[in-house]
Formats: sequence, structure tokens, C-alpha cells
Amino acid sequence: MHNEWLYIGLFLIIGIIVPIVPLVLARFISPRKPNAIKQSTYECGIETVGESWVQFKAQYYIFALVFLLFDVEVVFLFPWALTLNKLPLYAVVEGVIFIGILVSGLVYAWRKGMLEWA
Amino acid sequence: MTFADFLNNPIQFIGDWLTQVLTNWGLSDSLATILVYLVGITVLIVFAMVLDIGLVWVERKVVARFQDRLGPNRIGPFGIFQPFADIIKLVIKEDITPAGADKIIFNIAPVLAATSVIALWAILPLASSIFGTDLNVALLYVVAAGALGTLAIIMGGWSSNNKYALIGAFRMVANMVSYEVPMVIILLIPTILADSMSLQGIIEAQRGIWFALLSPLGFLIFFVCAIAELGRTPFDLVEAESELTAGFNVEYSGMKFGWFYASELLHAFTFGGFIAILFFGGYGGFFGLEKVSGFAWLTNPFIEAAVFIAKAMFGYWAIMWVKYTLPRIRIDHMLAFNWKFLVPLSLVVLVTTAILHKVLIVLPTWQYVLGMFASNLVIASGTIEILRAEGRKRDRFSVQPAKKQEQIS
Repeated sequence: MHNEWLYIGLFLIIGIIVPIVPLVLARFISPRKPNAIKQSTYECGIETVGESWVQFKAQYYIFALVFLLFDVEVVFLFPWALTLNKLPLYAVVEGVIFIGILVSGLVYAWRKGMLEWA
Repeated sequence: MTFADFLNNPIQFIGDWLTQVLTNWGLSDSLATILVYLVGITVLIVFAMVLDIGLVWVERKVVARFQDRLGPNRIGPFGIFQPFADIIKLVIKEDITPAGADKIIFNIAPVLAATSVIALWAILPLASSIFGTDLNVALLYVVAAGALGTLAIIMGGWSSNNKYALIGAFRMVANMVSYEVPMVIILLIPTILADSMSLQGIIEAQRGIWFALLSPLGFLIFFVCAIAELGRTPFDLVEAESELTAGFNVEYSGMKFGWFYASELLHAFTFGGFIAILFFGGYGGFFGLEKVSGFAWLTNPFIEAAVFIAKAMFGYWAIMWVKYTLPRIRIDHMLAFNWKFLVPLSLVVLVTTAILHKVLIVLPTWQYVLGMFASNLVIASGTIEILRAEGRKRDRFSVQPAKKQEQIS
């Protein structure tokens, strides 16, 4: 009896425990002498101004949208690729047309200047 | 059950023996299975960790050679015990948590970074009979575990409450939303060629011929994407030392930093292993030599594991070679390189491979291989021509370099 997902589950549990062991060990044998200066945010010697959790512009916002498009596309392509040898030729061509439609989306974004860092 | 059985299939041998012992103790079958799993998993992870310690030494020694230095050479012969000294140092260092940090996420991040890499070892086939488990959706699992590692970096960078770390984490997001696309597209190529998504299936399909010969461009694109996914130079914007001091892990110290470092090395090695599995036949790929009489020993699990480790080490070395040769790329160039070059190219390679594979598979093997290889050469030369034309166009319109300013007297 071999259950793959049981194995993966147990593997992940042990995979979480193993990295924790040295951290716990370090907690017992390493010195703990915190002070305000030591715990201050590191900024090359200058005292930090304000919080870091502020809003700022993520220039790759549009890239992320295009990424989402392609990532979903690939999910649909995996079954196609997996059965490619059994499919008739027209089904292969249909897959290619599907890719073509998505490429036209990329071309559109490109022509619109969305793939520029701005 | 003899010693020969052990040599031919050690994992099965030990597993059967353990299960028998446990059931003889009166444990139920399923409980015995779980216990045997746990033993096997622990051994595999400990092996990965020991390998990781070795990698620290390999990395430091190879970097030193690239930079014309000697590297660690004081502790033990050739400095081989240096990583143990490193670990002891990291464990006894004070663990500083910055005052403004989000403590829970700050502590989870290094553990998650290590777990995401260890998780890859669950499916990594070291030999035909030495592997964790053979998932039929292994390629998707690889992508998922890779994304988990990225998440760990984002968590670490965000929770530090440090501006450098936050910018590093943001760059990692940009990196991830870009290079995952060509990588996943290229993962479709071994799927098509092997008719399988399990790593064992892909390796078995390469017994005769490596996929690197059927799809050299696919291999090159995967190699570039692997480097980007690992966040190594030239794509190491996450930890660009000159601008972000250390990037996402600037606030980490002690063993928590150690885990980020160790998991990066093991990740690089594991990806070297995936390159070997997907394009160079993994533990097999002897071009049918193992079927010739007198070479049957090539299918011995120990030999196979040695072959796999050697191939993975070579991939790891190639990644290091790139890392210590190239300078860092600028972030807008990085995204442009991905979206305007790698994604279109990988789609062209995918479509060509899919159609040609379908059309040529009926031909004799040598014609099939030649056709696939030639198609890649045609795509590559076409790409180079397009790039050249583009370069010439840019040259014509580019601003001439400004004349040297006159000296102020």
C-alpha cells in the first residue's frame, strides 16, 4: 500500500519540524541581551523615519495582471500537453489557436506600452 | 531476502523488513505503513540536510576559485569542516528581532523558506528505486513548492519593518510574476515529449535520448528561469548588496539567517537536479547503453544515485558559474527581458515542439531527433536575426554620445 498524498503530508510535517529544531536549540544556547539600540531598524546608521508599511507604487502592477492571464492559461494547457499523443491533429491545432489568442493579448499589452517600466 | 536483494533495491528491502518487524509487534498495517513512511522521510530529509552542509563548502570553495582565492582551507583537510564551524557560529549568535517587526511572520518566514525546499525532496527521484514518492502531477508540485519559497521571502521582507527589506520583497514579487510564466510554459515541453507529468515518467522517456537534444532552446529558457526563480545573479535584485545592503534578509541574524542561506543553496542544487531530470535524463539517460550486455550494472540504484548527484552537481555548478560571471541586471531590463523575449520565445518553442512532435513521431527515431533539433536551430537563428535587426534600428535612432565637455579653466 502506497498512498502518495499521505506521504506528501507527512513529508511536509517533518519538513516543518526539521528547520524548527536548530532554531529552538539556538534559543537555549545563544545569548539574549536585547536593548533599544540593538533592536532598532537597520538603516546604515541613520535613524529610521516613520514606518516601512506605507503605500508606494508597484510599477509591475500591469505585469502582475498579464501574469495572472498566462498562469491560468497554462493550467488549461497542461491537460492538452498531457494527452497530445492521443489527440487527433486538429485538436493539437486547436490548442495552438488557443495559445494564439493569448499571444494576441500579450501583443495588445505590448503595443499599448503596458510592458514598459513606468 | 539476501544481500543481492538489498543491492538491487535497498529502499524496498529496508521498507519491507521494517514493515514486517512492526507488524510482528502487533501493529496494524496502516499504522506500520505510517511509521515506515516517517522513518523513510526522516532519513531522506537528514540526507538532504547533510548534502546542504556539503554544499556550503562546495559553494565557498568554488566561489573562491572563480575569484582567484583559496577559499576555506584552515579547518580540516581543504577546509572541509568549515560549514560545521559556520553552523556552530550561527547557532550561538544572538538572535535579534527588530523592535517594529511583525514577530509571528518574522519567525515563520525562515522556517517556510527551508520547508519549501525540503518539500521538493519528496518527489526528487535519486534513482529508479530511491525516491520519496512518484506523484503523477509532480511538475505542478514543483511550481507550487517554488512559489512557497517566494512567499517566504516576501514574508521575511515585509515583516522586518525595514525599508530595504520591503523593497527587496517587492522586487521578489516582480521577479515571481514574471519568470514563472516562461518556466511553466517550458515545463509543458517535457510533458509533451514524455507524455507524462511524473518525474519518473519523464526520466524513463529519456532512456534513449535526452530532451536537451530534442529541445535545446527549452533547456536554455528553463535554465534562465531557474536562475531567476532562485533569485541568483544576474537576477539577485532581491538582495542587491550595493543598493539594499542585504535585501529581504537584512534584519535576520543567527540561525534564522542561516536557514535563508542554507535553503538558497539547497534550492540551487535541487534546481540543478530538476534540470538534470527534465532535460538530461536524471539518473538514467545512457542512450540505451544499459541494455547492452555487460552494462547492466548501470541500472544499479547506487550507480544511478551517483549519476544523478553528479548531474545535479554539474547543474549547480553551471548556476554558480553564471552567478559569479555576470553583473546584476536592472529591474526594468529584467522585466523587459522576460516579457518581450523569454515569453514570446518560449511560446514559439512550445508550439513548434507540439506540432513537430505530433507530425514527426511516426518517422524513424533518427529523423525525429534530427527534425526536432533542426527546428530549434531554425528558431534560434531566427531569434538572433530579429534581435540584430532590432539592435540596428535602435542604433540609428539612439542619441549620439555627448561630446566631451570643455574643461572649465
